[in-house]
Amino acid sequence: MTGRVQIAASSVPRLPRGVKLRHDSARDAWVVLAPERVFMPDDIAVEILRRCDGKADVDGIVDELCQAFSAPRDQVMTDVLGMLQDLADKGMIQV
Amino acid sequence: MNAPAARRIPPPVSLLAELTHRCPLQCPYCSNPLELERVDRELDTATWQHVIDQAHALGVLQTHFSGGEPTLRPDLPELIRHAASIGQYTNLITAGVLLDRAKLERLADAGLDHLQLSIQDSRAESANRIGGYKNGHAKKLALAKEVTAVGLPLTINAVMHRQNLDHLDEIIELSVELGAKRLEVAHVQYYGWALKNRAALMPTRAQAEAAIDLVKAAQERLKGVLVIDYVVPDYYARYPKPCMGGWGKQNLNVTPSGKVLPCHAAETITTLTFDNVKDKPLAEIWHRGAAFEAFRGTEWMAEPCRSCARRELDFGGCRCQAFAFAGQAEATDPACTLSPLHQELVAIAEREAGAAEPDFLYRNPRNIQAAALPAPAPLPAE
Ligand code: SF4
Ligand code: SF4
Repeated sequence: MTGRVQIAASSVPRLPRGVKLRHDSARDAWVVLAPERVFMPDDIAVEILRRCDGKADVDGIVDELCQAFSAPRDQVMTDVLGMLQDLADKGMIQV
Repeated sequence: MNAPAARRIPPPVSLLAELTHRCPLQCPYCSNPLELERVDRELDTATWQHVIDQAHALGVLQTHFSGGEPTLRPDLPELIRHAASIGQYTNLITAGVLLDRAKLERLADAGLDHLQLSIQDSRAESANRIGGYKNGHAKKLALAKEVTAVGLPLTINAVMHRQNLDHLDEIIELSVELGAKRLEVAHVQYYGWALKNRAALMPTRAQAEAAIDLVKAAQERLKGVLVIDYVVPDYYARYPKPCMGGWGKQNLNVTPSGKVLPCHAAETITTLTFDNVKDKPLAEIWHRGAAFEAFRGTEWMAEPCRSCARRELDFGGCRCQAFAFAGQAEATDPACTLSPLHQELVAIAEREAGAAEPDFLYRNPRNIQAAALPAPAPLPAE
């Protein structure tokens, strides 16, 4: 049995097997597909999830997002950690 | 597009492909119809592939292979491979007793994304009795280990009723031990086989309420370890569930012989007629089929739903339950406290739950005739 995953700046997040981020042409939207769940991430969530490739760490993801959206780093870090922790608690992110 | 687009019928999200009604188990609450489809009426591989293609084109994202027991179909790996190749999220809903490591590996290779394994109880003796299958529980436990060893994400499905509800804590622990990441706990819904077995399945109010508290605590304690999806027992609730997320809004269900249903139990509503994939394109059935149109939106509603503030939240509850109990599919789900039949429903539930449990009428072709007899008349409310 594994315990609860805690997301930190050094964590390397990825979508676990059984969870997929995919662009759906019928809706022209990004969708996250998981067991008995489908949800449509907003634009920011898509930007974060696309970078959860099992290689980049949270620090690196935040750097990229700061550059891409010229946003303050503290704010971005808080948002990214919050979102990833929430997804990890739902079993949709692994580290 | 013309009319369908104008009426803004959203694309369906999921396809439940009921490949067969055959099943080695005989659960007395099975959601398959009383009139089980025979093997010679089952759709062939090519037709199923065409159904999946059409569903994908319509906007379906997830294909659930179900039954009966879908692993009885030798073409299951082929169908999974096909669905995965066009981009469907593929899920297998199985009782697991016919699978082994080699078969699992074939399914995983074919592109299976996720597996849902049903268990009948946490204790072998009781589980085997409920499922009407010798030694099934031990096989399921062994299989669950293989599922996670193969690397497939696992969900445990447990249907709860008076004969296993007191073991819910054990079922939760068992799911964690088996390496499941998700547990789906649903209370029996009373139509079809389950309605025939209602007295043997109905929990007491105290049992149901204890279960709700137990699940809440477990959800908190197991955050990040096990996701527990819980469908509450609506007989003792205030308002009904938003059945299927709304009729004809998200789900397509195709039966072994190709009938297209808005919900897996829709055939219990004997006043509806269903189109077949062999006769019409799936898109036409989704957009214009009579059974799908019957309860879309809120136009069809009668009072008290029609003017109720919750009508867009729960859509008046379950049509199948309304038909089974009120005899009218347009009626308010009697699980709702605002339904004129609610008191009667609760009185029956409490009376049945308080009496000794009768034997099960097991779900199998032999019992179809017994099941076709009218249900015992409801006892008059006191
Ligand atoms: S509910 Fe039981 S009998 Fe019905 S299909 Fe599932 S395992 Fe088979
Ligand atoms: S009256 Fe109808 S719409 Fe209102 S809560 Fe009850 S079932 Fe839902």
